[in-house]
Amino acid sequence: MRYLHIANARVLDPATQTDSVTDVFVADGRIIALGHRPSAGEIETEIDASGQWLLPGLIDLGGHLPEPGYSQKGSITSETEAAARGGFTHICSLPDTKPVADTSAVVKLILEKAARAGFSRVLPLGAMTQGLAGEQLASMFTLAEAGAVAMSNARQPIRNSYVLRRLMEYAATYDIPLFLCANDLSLSDGGCMHEGPVATRMGLPGIPATAETIALAQILLLVEQTGVRAHISQISCRRSISMLQQARENGLRVTADTPLANLLYTHDAVTGYNSLFNVAPPLRSERDREALLAAVQAGELAISSNHRPHEIAAKKAPFSDAESGMSQYDAFLPNAMSLVQRGELTAEQLIRALTAVPASVLNLEHGLREGADFNAVLFDPESEHTLTATDIASGGRNHPLLNQSIQGKVTHVFLEGRRIH
Amino acid sequence: MIDPNKVQLTDDGRLKHFLSTEGLSRELLTEILDTADSFISTQERAVKTVPLLRGKTVVNLFFENSTRTRSTFELAAKRLSADILNLDIARSATSKGETLMDTLWNLEAMYSDMFVVRHSDSGAAHFIAEHVTPNVAIINAGDGRHAHPTQAMLDMLTIRRHKESIEGKVVAIVGDILHSRVARCQIHALRTLGAAEVRVIGPGTLLPADIDSLGAVPYYDMKSGLADCDVVIMLRLQKERMQNALLPSEGEFFKLYGLTEEKLTYAKPDAIVMHPGPINRGVEIESAVADGSHSVILNQVSYGIAVRMAVMAMAMSGQQTLANSEEPAR
Amino acid sequence: MNLPDIEHITQELAGQVTELIEQRQLDNPLLVGIRTGGVWVAERLNDTLNSQDEVATLDISFYRDDFTRHGLHPKVQGSELPESIEDRHIILVDDVIMSGRTIRAAMNELFDYGRPASITLVCLLDIGRRELPIQPDLCGATLALNDGQLVKLTGPRPLVLTLA
Repeated sequence: MRYLHIANARVLDPATQTDSVTDVFVADGRIIALGHRPSAGEIETEIDASGQWLLPGLIDLGGHLPEPGYSQKGSITSETEAAARGGFTHICSLPDTKPVADTSAVVKLILEKAARAGFSRVLPLGAMTQGLAGEQLASMFTLAEAGAVAMSNARQPIRNSYVLRRLMEYAATYDIPLFLCANDLSLSDGGCMHEGPVATRMGLPGIPATAETIALAQILLLVEQTGVRAHISQISCRRSISMLQQARENGLRVTADTPLANLLYTHDAVTGYNSLFNVAPPLRSERDREALLAAVQAGELAISSNHRPHEIAAKKAPFSDAESGMSQYDAFLPNAMSLVQRGELTAEQLIRALTAVPASVLNLEHGLREGADFNAVLFDPESEHTLTATDIASGGRNHPLLNQSIQGKVTHVFLEGRRIH
Repeated sequence: MIDPNKVQLTDDGRLKHFLSTEGLSRELLTEILDTADSFISTQERAVKTVPLLRGKTVVNLFFENSTRTRSTFELAAKRLSADILNLDIARSATSKGETLMDTLWNLEAMYSDMFVVRHSDSGAAHFIAEHVTPNVAIINAGDGRHAHPTQAMLDMLTIRRHKESIEGKVVAIVGDILHSRVARCQIHALRTLGAAEVRVIGPGTLLPADIDSLGAVPYYDMKSGLADCDVVIMLRLQKERMQNALLPSEGEFFKLYGLTEEKLTYAKPDAIVMHPGPINRGVEIESAVADGSHSVILNQVSYGIAVRMAVMAMAMSGQQTLANSEEPAR
Repeated sequence: MNLPDIEHITQELAGQVTELIEQRQLDNPLLVGIRTGGVWVAERLNDTLNSQDEVATLDISFYRDDFTRHGLHPKVQGSELPESIEDRHIILVDDVIMSGRTIRAAMNELFDYGRPASITLVCLLDIGRRELPIQPDLCGATLALNDGQLVKLTGPRPLVLTLA
């Protein structure tokens, strides 16, 4: 047997509570030994990873792939390559493609293209309603059979509580998990940023926190009634965190994630009308951001990418006219690690929110254990470089760190032992 | 974070674009008023034109219809001897940013020197200022709910000419503050120019969240809101507010906030009444007040030309000296 | 270089202006000073002439032909002229004449206020370097400066001349 030997890396895995310099040996896509040479076989490749960190592969609970339908914004190949560069081994793709991922054909197309590209593995989220219109149930069972790991309606509204109740009941029948965004359109419609002093000063129509919390209350009560497996995507408000805590205290098994952007920035970033910061959910107040960070620290909240690539023209418009979303996959891990450098999260807390927490939401096996699939990232925390347009694999040009200096670099990413970056 | 003033000022602090009154210094706002004052004197002559912008091309770029505002800018440009081109671009024609950029590139190809921009999106003037080629001055003629700085400055000029100074005055702005770009600009200018107190009066549905963060004090009734006021600024109420569940009826609004002679007695005896126009008589103000002795509404209109001449001349001046500084010394 | 005694020249110039008014039979002349130095000089002349009129002031900021190069003067004060200058005899006063461009701008502006009967140009100092065919009717003194030298008048009382 010939194996890969990664030497001298600091292995950091919250799932196994490991944080030590340990040698790792990999063969046939699996970890065959940790900390000691395997009894048999010989070295095929050796990587001296002195000074680097070896982490489990990152898992994204929600990013937007522009294919099919938006070739000007990128492709499955470009975005999965970008995701691999950012440290992701697995990404959940939101269903708001064109056509929408409401048929098994679209789900299979996404899976096939992603497999052929050979970068991060895509775990498609199927549409829970036809055309994401929020009215007719999509064929969830068929979509799950085709490979959709859960159902989502992206940020599109469900028409009313009746439809929401029925689709939860239907999904619960087949134990299909739902990824739900809490967004009351009647309160958020027309808004393009967090409602608050910045929006007032800039004259931009605001989205109140209640657009999220009212929808969340509706979701939580129906989850309680229907018993569906539910995950709440893209939480942005302080109040939502306490509502989720209360729901869990009442015995509800409900998980949640927040986009990285909502941990990094607040609505102050919108000052100056920089359309890059037109994102959904909107960047909220510092109090909201602090509450989201506290929930990540407590291990209650996963961090998702909410990656949404755009071509230059989509963002080159007055703030409210620009398309919302931020490209996040390239340099994702270094960008997220800035929270550690700022002292707002420990490395262990951050990595858990990007690996162990999302893995448990998806029931994915994970962790750097002997015998486990080798899904891992080598990260050089000391490297410093400027992210230029040529460093970016994504088709999107709306990356917040473009032309900025970034600390840390993903040097290797392995998916089942195969190097994908 | 980007400092919004970086866009509208030159490195030495002079006006390059005029996008908002926010963040401009007291000195600069006063300079605008002083310059406007001297243009008022030229407006009283037989020949009202000065040759300041001779040979310059000003484009009125209106993505939102407003004959009144466009006309005052047109007249101001003509009185500065500039050539003026009026472009009314129906909102539907520029559905997305690409088309807006296309429009800009086309206009740049015509060697325009100044764009006067009116747009329904907040921040549109900032956007154009950031993306236009250098040496084209942008004057914001109203962007969404954000700013309408020339209207605010003509109101400042009106107050200064009727009340000597803005310093120490109590000013109330009444009505639909939420949707008003004028109110935001007035609040910034009044605060910077030393008003003792700026109040906003209206129902909760028409006062924006956190208005106090701009330095304005919210009031919900006219009696306490107008007490000891030197200046009362009434805003125009749009009909569509009734449809958006913001107000029950014009009648109830008038009962609560419509400026009548009786309500005006709550203010100081020598208070002046202003309105940016066009007036909805019997909705936000009754005719007896609009046409009464306290009203300075008609004067506002004539000051509007002078203020627009002042900011056009100053912004062009800032652009010109910028362009000049890039040339080798003579 | 010895700079002339400005107070002395001003007195002499006032006498010459009085003579000129008599000689040309200028009825009810209006003294118009060009901001800022010209206004100071015109006020001195007006004291001597015992005129009933105040000195009118002309701010040529809006008429400068170098606007595109130097921009708007930050403190434009505006012109202050009587109700009408139609058919008035105008004595236009400036402190220093050089290129002649200021005078051209001033005359352009005057004509935007009306049609005067005549304009007489009076300057305290002529430092040459003319670029336009404009000459003062009366001039207090002529100065030959070196290249790059300029003079600066400070006032209003006393009037002091310095090299700049």
